[in-house]
Amino acid sequence: MTQTAPKPLLTVEGLSVEFGASRVIDDLSFSVSRGQTVAVVGESGSGKSVTSLSIMRLADMLGAQFPTGRILFDTANGQADLLRLDQKTMRGIRGKEISMIFQEPMTSLNPVFTIGDQVAEILKLHEGKSNTAALAEAKRLLDMVRLPDAAELLTRYPHQLSGGMRQRVMIAMALACKPKLLIADEPTTALDVTIQAQILNILRDLQKDLGTAIIFITHDMGVVAEMADDVVVMWKGKAVEKGPALEIFDKPTHPYTRTLLSAVPKLGSMTGQDLPKRLPVMVLQDGEPKLAGVERVQDTARYNADPLLSVRDLFVRFDIKKNFFGKATHRVHAVEKVSFDIHPGETLALVGESGSGKSTIGRTIQQLQKATAGNVSFAGRSLAEMGMAERQKLRQDVQYIFQDPFASLDPRKTVGFSIAEPIRTHGLLDNTAEINKTVDALLERVGLTSAHAKRYPHEFSGGQRQRVCIARALASNPKLIIADEALSALDVSIQAQIINLFMDLQQERGLAYLFISHDMAVVEKMSHRVAVLYLGQIMELGYRRQVFETPSHDYTRRLLSAVPIADPRQRKQLAAIEGDIPSPVRAVGNEPVLYAREEIAPGHFVARSA
Amino acid sequence: MAAFLIKRLLQAIFVVIAVTLTVAFAIRLTGDPALMLTQGAGSITEADLVKIREGLGLNEPFLVQYFNFLKGIFTLDFGKSFLGGTPVSLLIGKALPATLALAFTSLIVSIVISIPLGIKAATSRGKWADQLIRILSLVGLSFPNFWLATMLVLLFAIAIPLLPPSGMDGFASFVMPAVTMGIILTATNVRLVRTTMLETLRSQYIMVARAKGLSENVVLYKHALRNCAIPLITYFGLQFGGLLGGIVVVERVFNWPGMGTLAFDAVGARDYPVLQAVITVLSLMIIGINLLVDIAYGLVDPRIRTEG
Repeated sequence: MTQTAPKPLLTVEGLSVEFGASRVIDDLSFSVSRGQTVAVVGESGSGKSVTSLSIMRLADMLGAQFPTGRILFDTANGQADLLRLDQKTMRGIRGKEISMIFQEPMTSLNPVFTIGDQVAEILKLHEGKSNTAALAEAKRLLDMVRLPDAAELLTRYPHQLSGGMRQRVMIAMALACKPKLLIADEPTTALDVTIQAQILNILRDLQKDLGTAIIFITHDMGVVAEMADDVVVMWKGKAVEKGPALEIFDKPTHPYTRTLLSAVPKLGSMTGQDLPKRLPVMVLQDGEPKLAGVERVQDTARYNADPLLSVRDLFVRFDIKKNFFGKATHRVHAVEKVSFDIHPGETLALVGESGSGKSTIGRTIQQLQKATAGNVSFAGRSLAEMGMAERQKLRQDVQYIFQDPFASLDPRKTVGFSIAEPIRTHGLLDNTAEINKTVDALLERVGLTSAHAKRYPHEFSGGQRQRVCIARALASNPKLIIADEALSALDVSIQAQIINLFMDLQQERGLAYLFISHDMAVVEKMSHRVAVLYLGQIMELGYRRQVFETPSHDYTRRLLSAVPIADPRQRKQLAAIEGDIPSPVRAVGNEPVLYAREEIAPGHFVARSA
Repeated sequence: MAAFLIKRLLQAIFVVIAVTLTVAFAIRLTGDPALMLTQGAGSITEADLVKIREGLGLNEPFLVQYFNFLKGIFTLDFGKSFLGGTPVSLLIGKALPATLALAFTSLIVSIVISIPLGIKAATSRGKWADQLIRILSLVGLSFPNFWLATMLVLLFAIAIPLLPPSGMDGFASFVMPAVTMGIILTATNVRLVRTTMLETLRSQYIMVARAKGLSENVVLYKHALRNCAIPLITYFGLQFGGLLGGIVVVERVFNWPGMGTLAFDAVGARDYPVLQAVITVLSLMIIGINLLVDIAYGLVDPRIRTEG
């Protein structure tokens, strides 16, 4: 693959991996040279994580068998086939010559040991350092991954650190013994974009300093474009395409690679458009990519009509710490003086990072959460003046779709029952035959068939389950749907289809959406207006073109610049925002500064610092 | 921490009052100690009985008797036994160490056996070692403790006279009662260790520990076991409480001079002061154990420590 390296560091040859009777990796080959980054990309079930666990021989503990293939690695004692080594020899290689970072920084560190002990442990094990020497080295490593107050951090426990900080600790631990190869399995997937940018920067800088080769496992083409020299595209356990990153992005040859790349939402791809646009999706049909669906400008928002939903000066705070007498001492300031309108047929996106309060706003509108102050009114009627019956009716008009389609369907009920439930609850139909007819029609509308009604949630894939959730939300004929990160758990190819489904439903039914998301590229594709949230306050609110093309608040600009673009030619030193996202938790009496809003163009509001 | 301890103290006072009030009231419904004491003593007149009751302080109204007893708790003076007039605190002072020694030995026997076995079962899940351990634990669960105790005595004291059949006299005398109770505890504990271990082994940080190149023993006994500690400590704590209650039968069989035997005799003789004192001490012990369990949580899990 790479001409510059005479002998690769790691060569995977014809690797097959089986769990019991099912073969999850079939005849996989690729190689990694010293100091090089190879990205292994694929969607869920493609076998990319099993690949990394197989190289580490950790897949053995999950019951993996390796019927064919070799994994040649240049160990300290000459080249060896990792598949032929016993676990005892592998233990000397793991952590020392090949190390690994995992996807979930929140659960990767052992909760009962200090950070210092966990980093020092690997140094004591492989380098034979004394406890004091290991702790001193651990401090140096924490400095190296740019963690502030490293000395103090050594004595802290994982739960006292944010996700981004924990992932840096993981990197420090993985690089402690200067391994030749680092396997990073979706290391930034669970992190916010600004934190992701920091982690990618750190990895890249350290790679330059230490000359470590990296296998970067990811599903995110933006991250691939940002990081990879070479790319291996995996699909259903096979490598369908491999080569230098530029070639893969410029001239993808395999049909799957082409569909995958076309499905990736690219930030900036909608520049110059006033309105969101429904675009055809490329799907694989009989092994050939085909464009499905129509192209249409989504001109559905009715701004001349009265707002469907008005939120005025909304505050939501939670007491979290109490003193001995039960009086609150600390509060989460989740939402601070937020105001916006949603018009019929409009998609308003709420974007922000963790702790920005975006989900809390959605939950408050859906009456899952009580407002501390402020007013929410629907079709001109304020929630405060509504009685029980009217509030119940509102629950019919506003529907909620959650992020996790696995957790939001009752596993013991058929999906038909779940979809029919809102119809029965609100007494929309009372005749079973008619209800069944409606359920069938809804299933077909969201791209499933009426035969699916009798099945249970576990029989569906993630994308299909999210379709079921959409059908359930539609069942009560709502006017507004709150989609809370509804696309985040889905693979990009599925995501592109669901985006189109959302847009088609909007066109047909005049639905309004409150679209809560952290993904700027998806937001750019499908929303009419965008509100950018930071620590519970709206920093910027405007039409999509205003926010994406003339971002006027500093935070919006930082957020946009942190998004990796799925194009290796646009590779940039990602905006280095140091430090963590600040916490919305404050001591009682320590009130946050509320920023005034200024209209800098018609409909374009920006928070002014006091 | 201070607030926590104050809350616990108030709780303890409430529990002791509730328990002792119930016991004091209930036992007075079951018979007259004066009649019990004079059984088979020939001609006893009603006047004699009244005199005996006065001597025992039973002529006072119930609430007055109860308050006298409560007052006694604070001065560690539980009165005198109706049988023979020995001070109750003296009786308890002898019986409590015997019972605690037995309970602790049993619990430790069970923990020492069940942790390695439970971990072995979890790591060889579905294989023969796991099956064998699970079957053995089921067998252990099915033994009634009195039957097991009797069998042990028949076997190791009578058929092969290795161990003393009864009484508390040196290390050898601990073996059979501790094994009896230990086996039954072990049977449940093995299952508990296995389940919590399986749960913990699924955690990401276990994979990370293995990816560091640590040996399986370090992964299991250092990284995993410490994380199993919370459910295990909770259960062992509850078990210790149950142990103090369930010890009566085993103490009877082995004629162990502990709280169980003391309580058993006191019930038979309607010896109110002794019974009330035994119950009070046992409930204080259980409250104390729970307090220790709560403190232990903070020691093993830093997440709980910072909240306190």
